[in-house]
Amino acid sequence: MIVFDQVQKSYQVGGRAIPALHPTDMTIETGEVFGIVGHSGAGKSTLVRLINLLEPPTGGRILIDDENITDYDAAELRAFRRKVGMIFQHFNLLSSKTVADNIAFPMKLAGIYSKAEIRDRVNELLARVSLSDHANKYPSQLSGGQKQRVGIARALACRPTILLCDEATSALDPQTTQSVLKLLADINRELGLTIVLITHEMDVVRRVCDRVAVMDAGKVVEMGPVSDVFLHPQHPTTRDFVFESESIDRDELQADLSKADGRILRLTFKGESTYKPLLGSVARESGVDFSILSGRIDHIKETPYGQLTLSLVGGDLDIAMQALQAADVHVEVLR
Amino acid sequence: MEALLSNVDWSEIGWASWDTLVMVGMSLLFSVVIGLPTGVLLFLFGKRQLLEQPVAYAVLSFVVNVLRSVPFIILLIVMIPFTVMLIGTSLGVAGAIPPLVAGGAPFFARLVETSLREVDRGIIEATQAMGASVKQIIFGALLPEALPGIIAGITVTAITLVSYAAMSGVIGGGGLGDLAIRFGYQRFQTDVMVITVALLVIFVQVLQMVGDRLVLYFSRK
Ligand SMILES: Nc1ncnc2c1ncn2[C@@H]1O[C@H](COP(=O)(O)OP(=O)(O)OP(=O)(O)O)[C@@H](O)[C@H]1O
Ligand SMILES: [Mg+2]
Repeated sequence: MIVFDQVQKSYQVGGRAIPALHPTDMTIETGEVFGIVGHSGAGKSTLVRLINLLEPPTGGRILIDDENITDYDAAELRAFRRKVGMIFQHFNLLSSKTVADNIAFPMKLAGIYSKAEIRDRVNELLARVSLSDHANKYPSQLSGGQKQRVGIARALACRPTILLCDEATSALDPQTTQSVLKLLADINRELGLTIVLITHEMDVVRRVCDRVAVMDAGKVVEMGPVSDVFLHPQHPTTRDFVFESESIDRDELQADLSKADGRILRLTFKGESTYKPLLGSVARESGVDFSILSGRIDHIKETPYGQLTLSLVGGDLDIAMQALQAADVHVEVLR
Repeated sequence: MEALLSNVDWSEIGWASWDTLVMVGMSLLFSVVIGLPTGVLLFLFGKRQLLEQPVAYAVLSFVVNVLRSVPFIILLIVMIPFTVMLIGTSLGVAGAIPPLVAGGAPFFARLVETSLREVDRGIIEATQAMGASVKQIIFGALLPEALPGIIAGITVTAITLVSYAAMSGVIGGGGLGDLAIRFGYQRFQTDVMVITVALLVIFVQVLQMVGDRLVLYFSRK
């Protein structure tokens, strides 16, 4: 468990302290995939780099499994960092070392593993990230996706309990992003590793994260389970991200809505209710007629969800709403 | 042919070439031994680097700059008393080595500093995040990553030392430079001059070629 207790960070720029992270309270549970989204400069990297003290906080306490890591001396800090893997947008592999040597590097630094242990572990990790055939290549001979898989293998070498990912998929094409995200999800599930993942794409959050924090100008402005934040965004920044990820143009949406008759509702289905043949029966029972203005059916991690915007005319609206709510559908009246 | 090179004493040329080789070799060795750690320290003490130390950086940087801004011919003369103190003479091959090192080491130190700065910060950060100590970062990540640049720096330093070594002939340093000055210049033996220059050119070409090969071999980018 990672606990931020009034943690803050400011940088000294030209003699003045510029806050990059305002005092923040936050808890990241063991074994969850925790997403952090925000625009450029929001303070995402700062926040994540506080977790392994690449940046020391300028205030507050950071507790990891109830230990205050801000109290660590140099040796304790180095030992602690071995238990926290990190992967980067630009991979940061050593160009002078082969794939196998890159993966072995953190174990060699630790100085507590035998040659045989290192060799076995490297082979095991190469297999896990499907790079066994590339062990003796240099990073410059690999594609972006392969480089990131080396990065992941390297981060896992010392069997960390936490994995930090700073925009790990931002330099990759959509398909490669998919495969890297799947790898991260597998790792999370199979090894029970806590993953903290920075991204500026809500879609990445939707695919792999359990909970998400939205950052804006050095503050966490919204935090919660992905389904809540994604389906019912509260803060304007969050809404921007959600709309962006669904490629919704707000003006167009408003124009579409203004052309529709009657009441406008937004229905959110989650889990099993997504698949129920609900709309037809509700329409029959309540006598309302509906037309679908916009809709999307997809998954949040493994949970299916659907979100439909309907305009309803005629019939008994109250009965329709009750029937929908009784079927576990979240109903918002937009107009 | 005989008439054209009538003044050339080939065994003398042979010895002079050997002397130049020894002067360049020894001074390069000492320049690397002193310049490499100095360059690493310059890098580490620099702004926003691992061991940021503004005062230490300023002092070290000043010393390096002073040595580098003194024209080598002046450095040769200024160093004479110090050289005598150090090895008992300021003449010959041995006497030339201290001033050569005084010129070569700071030059190489700057080249090392520059090639270390060219190492991606992200790599340092990743290594730090693995729990590496400063020593491990230097030897495990920084130096291996900067190796091609450092080898290129050694090549440039070696070539500079060839020309410095030739210059040391002015104060009786020995080697091809000494030959060129004593015979080519003072006795107007143009043929000796031409031969020594040709040998120096070949020497530099070979150094450059070997250096480039090594850089290529160690570059994985
Ligand atoms: N070393 C530093 N010195 C001074 N200011 C810094 C430093 N690092 C970050 N900042 C500032 O802190 C703020 C937050 O930076 P941070 O890198 O955390 O943003 P980010 O959300 O990761 O952005 P991006 O998506 O572009 O990576 C920015 O305003 C940035 O300019
Ligand atoms: Mg960032």
